[in-house]
Amino acid sequence: MAVTEKAPAAAGPPQPPALSPRELLRWAWRQLTSMRTALLLLLLLALASIPGSVVPQSDVAPVDVARWKQDHPDLATVYEKLDLFSVYDSPWFSAIYLLLMVSLVGCILPRTAVYLRALRTAPPPAPRNLGRLPAYTSVESGDAPDVVLERARTALRGRRYRVSTGDGSLSGERGYLREAGNLLFHVSVIVVLVGFAYGQLFGYKGGAIVLVGNGFSNSLTQYDEFAPGTFFDPDDLPPVSFTVDDFEAEFLTEGPQQGQPVDFGADLTYVETPGDEPQDYHLEVNQPLLLDGMSVFLVGHGYAPEFTVWDGTGDVAYRGAVPFLPQDSSFASFGVVKVTGAQPEQLGFDGMFYPTYSFTMERGPFSVFPDALNPAVSLLAYHGDLGIDAGEPQSVYDLDTDAMERFEKDDGGMFRADMAPGKKVTLPDDLGAIRLDGWKRWVKLQVSHTPGKGIALTGVVLALVGLMGSLFVRRRRAWVRVVERDGRTYVEVAGLDRTTAGEGLDDEVRELAAAISGRSATATLPEDPAPEDDRKADR
Amino acid sequence: MTTEQFASFSDNAVMFAGIVYVLATLGHVVEWAATLARPAAVRSAVETAVPVGAGAPAAASSTASPEDDQRSVRIETAGRIGVALTVVGTLLLAAGVVARSFASDPWRVPWGNMYEFTLTGALGVAAIYLALLPRMRLRWMGLFVTTFLVVVLMLANLTLEQEAGPLVPALHSYWLVIHVGAAILATGAFAVGALTAGVFLLKAGVERRGSTRLHGLLEMFPSSDALDRLSYRLHAVGFPLWTFAALIAGPIWAEYAWGSYWNWDPKEVWAFITWVIYAAYLHARATAGWKGKAAAIIALIGFATLLFNFVGINFFFGASSQHSYA
Repeated sequence: MAVTEKAPAAAGPPQPPALSPRELLRWAWRQLTSMRTALLLLLLLALASIPGSVVPQSDVAPVDVARWKQDHPDLATVYEKLDLFSVYDSPWFSAIYLLLMVSLVGCILPRTAVYLRALRTAPPPAPRNLGRLPAYTSVESGDAPDVVLERARTALRGRRYRVSTGDGSLSGERGYLREAGNLLFHVSVIVVLVGFAYGQLFGYKGGAIVLVGNGFSNSLTQYDEFAPGTFFDPDDLPPVSFTVDDFEAEFLTEGPQQGQPVDFGADLTYVETPGDEPQDYHLEVNQPLLLDGMSVFLVGHGYAPEFTVWDGTGDVAYRGAVPFLPQDSSFASFGVVKVTGAQPEQLGFDGMFYPTYSFTMERGPFSVFPDALNPAVSLLAYHGDLGIDAGEPQSVYDLDTDAMERFEKDDGGMFRADMAPGKKVTLPDDLGAIRLDGWKRWVKLQVSHTPGKGIALTGVVLALVGLMGSLFVRRRRAWVRVVERDGRTYVEVAGLDRTTAGEGLDDEVRELAAAISGRSATATLPEDPAPEDDRKADR
Repeated sequence: MTTEQFASFSDNAVMFAGIVYVLATLGHVVEWAATLARPAAVRSAVETAVPVGAGAPAAASSTASPEDDQRSVRIETAGRIGVALTVVGTLLLAAGVVARSFASDPWRVPWGNMYEFTLTGALGVAAIYLALLPRMRLRWMGLFVTTFLVVVLMLANLTLEQEAGPLVPALHSYWLVIHVGAAILATGAFAVGALTAGVFLLKAGVERRGSTRLHGLLEMFPSSDALDRLSYRLHAVGFPLWTFAALIAGPIWAEYAWGSYWNWDPKEVWAFITWVIYAAYLHARATAGWKGKAAAIIALIGFATLLFNFVGINFFFGASSQHSYA
């Protein structure tokens, strides 16, 4: 589980002999912590991540999950059994990354031990025949052997080699940080996961749609959706409250990108703890309100048409603004009005709000611009039983028309209530009337708290540092031997790259030789100063 | 110049860059055709005299006849023309990308939508190729790179083209520069790396099986060892960049903009998948039995996930992804 070219003792899977339980355990541990297993687990982790990007996830998009389940009732039960709606906390996904973690730890620990030992071990002594190494050169020096050796030591140290002394020779090794970086990277991955898990367990994330002009106080009932961590106690929600005073959206009114938002933002007045002086904040997409223990983000906006509904008895049965959900970039929005108190029958409406209404025979009604320049609604109306008393929880954005009947025109066509602000439409059969009073805007706010952010960030930054070390630090060995022959001093220099992507070894060996021999960089290369059998005879 | 003038200048520059790249491709086609037509004996003679990619200067083989010399000159000239045209095309493309920045008021980084990401990504690939060309002797890559650039620019023009305009509010952040910039650089390195890994697979296959009909062509390429090393080095540059873009800068911005540093958004999931696969590639290179062929295949899979993330996610999950700025 390490990013180097040469895994130490990367033995293949050992053939299992007749195993005692202890040996079996050891064998299983070896298997689990082998690089091959880590590799397969990594590929498996990638594969296992895919379903979560295809199937909507209940933590991310609960509305989409509900819709998906409605559209595929048969598959939904199967998917639910397989945890496909919550892939990333499913047992099978957890199993893969936990195994990967075990494999990681099982790899880091022995490698750390090996590394610590290597740190205390001197570089290996010079091989007998330096000429056989990948890079080799020999030069003549005018100085005495001790002087040359001393200079060689300085030169090697100057190039950050760790040096050990042999008999008339020096061994140098450098690039110890490569393995350190490698280990740091893998430890940091664990740190990141710890930080991430901490945030998941002790943090929370919630979303709320707030009408402009309305307030929000930070308690569970105020959220439309709330995803607490396993160990998060809703009583710990900080007692923040705020009012959305205003919302401004600006769109491009001309040019090819007409209708694209330029800027939008909401003005808040917030009170951090009850009794504090209220403070103002301008909330924008990349400008969250950061408070102690929670942050507030502007993640969306839309329209909430305001209606008055009269029932069959002529009483006002409903008055208020209803958030409609935008369906496209022109903010044509879908929504539902449920009038539970209507007599003699409950009333329901569903349909579209068009901020800038337009109509063609081909397209039917649509919105040409996201700003409310010519707002209108077009609703279908139903009467009957809304099904709310049945006890099943209902979405406020869905109308259950199973026990309802759609209003029809006298000629049998669909009855539509098409209204501009101020217009009142009477329902057939004297069952009531509806009026579009106007519209408001709403903002979708996300409130969240993720502890452990600092841990995760530190981890991932350290991981990057370690990664760079493990990829870019080059391990290299160099040897210098000084030989006296016929009253002259010769220097042999050889080098060996221990990483496959090494380059410039020849240059380094040449430069070392030049520095050590005390001659100018263009050193003269004499005939082979020490034939092999001579050297053997010397020993 | 007005923003409209910048916009049309940018469109023209990109169009001309595409045309020049087509010509560069033709130059490399001539280079390849001439190489293929070279008789086998000369090929191997030249091969021994000039180990491509080993750093030896090109020297005319003493065994070559005048005819072969002439052919060598033709190969060399065609290749040089291809590279020169690639330089011109890249300068035009760079001008187009820069002009795109000024095509909206106030000026901004030229990566606000898919069309602009694609242009900048193509520029990144071209720049990496040209920057490494002299030192790493990448001319064998010329035909691939120029073809790739032509195809990418064509697709960008045909399917992704968008009029210049200001950024959507979600992108009003300096993290756009950091996060997307690093991702584009990493993509460029991975793209050239994937190309190298692909050629490595071809070359290694031929080296194992001996001669095939493609043999003459494959002699243009460096040895499989050199290709493997180059591929590793490109991926070794891309991987930390990707780590930074996808797992550091991305989450920091997400935390700031969306209130949660990791949202399991489809684009994030696929960025993670890409990361895991490239991590697997680095491990595979160090594992007996996975070195070489298997590792190269993993690298190619990694690039496939990257492409899918870039293109596929926006088309298939456009509505649900928080990254759908196309």
